[in-house]
Amino acid sequence: MSSANPFIPSSYELNKEKRARRAKWSTLTVTVALLIPVALILTLIALKAWPALSWDYLTGDVSRSGAAGGIWGPLMGTFYLTLLCLAIVAPIGILAGVYIHEYAPDNAFTRAIMIAVTSLAGVPSIVHALFGLGAFVATLGMPKGLLTAAMTLSVMTLPVIITSTREALSSVPKNFREACWNLGASRWQTIRTIVLPNSFGGILTGVILVIARAAGETAPIMFMGAVMWLRIAPAGPERLMPYGLNDEFMALSNHLNLISKDIPGMPEQMKFGSALVLLTLILFINGLASLVRLRLRRRKRW
Amino acid sequence: MQDGVSIDIRDYSLWYGKFQALLGVSAQIKRGIITSLIGPSGCGKTTLLRSFNRINERYGNVTTQGHITILGKNILDSDVSVAALRKRVGMVFQRPNPLPISIYENVVFGMKSHLPQAERPRAVLDQAVESALREVSLWDALKDGLDRRATELTLEQQQKLCIARLLPLKPDIILMDEPCSALDASGIERIEELITELKRTFTIVMVTHNMAQARRASDECIFMLMGEIIEHTPTLDMFMNPQNSKTAAYIEGRYG
Repeated sequence: MSSANPFIPSSYELNKEKRARRAKWSTLTVTVALLIPVALILTLIALKAWPALSWDYLTGDVSRSGAAGGIWGPLMGTFYLTLLCLAIVAPIGILAGVYIHEYAPDNAFTRAIMIAVTSLAGVPSIVHALFGLGAFVATLGMPKGLLTAAMTLSVMTLPVIITSTREALSSVPKNFREACWNLGASRWQTIRTIVLPNSFGGILTGVILVIARAAGETAPIMFMGAVMWLRIAPAGPERLMPYGLNDEFMALSNHLNLISKDIPGMPEQMKFGSALVLLTLILFINGLASLVRLRLRRRKRW
Repeated sequence: MQDGVSIDIRDYSLWYGKFQALLGVSAQIKRGIITSLIGPSGCGKTTLLRSFNRINERYGNVTTQGHITILGKNILDSDVSVAALRKRVGMVFQRPNPLPISIYENVVFGMKSHLPQAERPRAVLDQAVESALREVSLWDALKDGLDRRATELTLEQQQKLCIARLLPLKPDIILMDEPCSALDASGIERIEELITELKRTFTIVMVTHNMAQARRASDECIFMLMGEIIEHTPTLDMFMNPQNSKTAAYIEGRYG
């Protein structure tokens, strides 16, 4: 028995290991580098916004065109706009995704629908704004306001929900479906009891993306009733629900857009303040949903 | 180490996390024959097979203890390069897994990962492809379409290709994890013929669920149960005259 090691790597193999290490480090470096702009943006905004931040800033009324006071009106506007948009787009998008993935036969009609969905996703948001104006306001005669703005955002975000629903459904293994059918379950029963509950996490991802987009977009709402300034009731339930469905409204994204470019001499902390609040709102919702998703995934055992 | 022993296993234990899958097994697998690992599902036979080229380690939570000596060296030692080990100890998997590249590239893939460019001019590669494919009797069928994608082949051809792509590296040992379970009867027959051909050159260790196949195709059998080796004898002895009552019961099909 010899003590020589027959499994010494050749110099070529050692070289290869070196290259493998280099590849690992460069992928790591790029990934870390990705975090740098995120960290910079957040720090910059947070630092510049710092002087403006206070409870009064969040709950105060916009005054002197945003140069003073708070952002309560726009904050509420963004909240209800996003909620309304979700209420419209989530059921439609999820049901459409279920049909396309679970029922639709693979034919020209289905493919046409899919092409339509993909094209919808590629339409610029300003075009959606014009579409909303033409369809809901000019043709249907609806007033510009919270509802029509939310409808416009819904059309814009529909493809996101449909696509993520389809992907979530296709991640549920086929043999669960077969087991269900084998026990006499109908297609709908299978979808309701097994497929949908187990693809909830993926569908939620779509919902998160929709929230982020709906809360952040400016173009689709600025033609649809988002305005610079409205009087908000100083107290009472109307302080919490300042806008009716058909009323014009304020929204954070639009507010930020207007005070940043249209009002001369705007104090910097007011601009960065509303930017920070908008950003935090979106990050908070994303974080919450990711947490839910993580918990759901931990329950999965396949 | 005795002459004629290819794999010497001494008190080898393996844990997946806290679960102990192998309980201090010892065996000596002889050179130049086909040894079958048999036993019911979960008995540890695949785990043992996969230990011989340390492919288990990729799963992270694996810990081991003991010795597995191949070519006079304990392969569990820290100075063993797994790449060099896997060059000498090749593996064929349950489902044929040709890479989604051309047939030619599949066969030379191993050479490309072990040899520097200067040592593998086109002529050397061509020669290696031809002799490897001849050895698994695919050459005549495939020689005019070596640039076809390997995943387009029939399952039997794919599995032969998976064997062929080990050959240019001149391995000593070929491990097979139920190499026929994805194939039809005629495919099984031809793969078994091929394995019998190959044992002239290589030591072959094969996991199988199929008792008839173990009996037909192997020279020695190792019967395992609950992470232990119960019996290791020449195949004929095991089937005609099992020493242990558990072996006898398994072979008769009383559990399984």
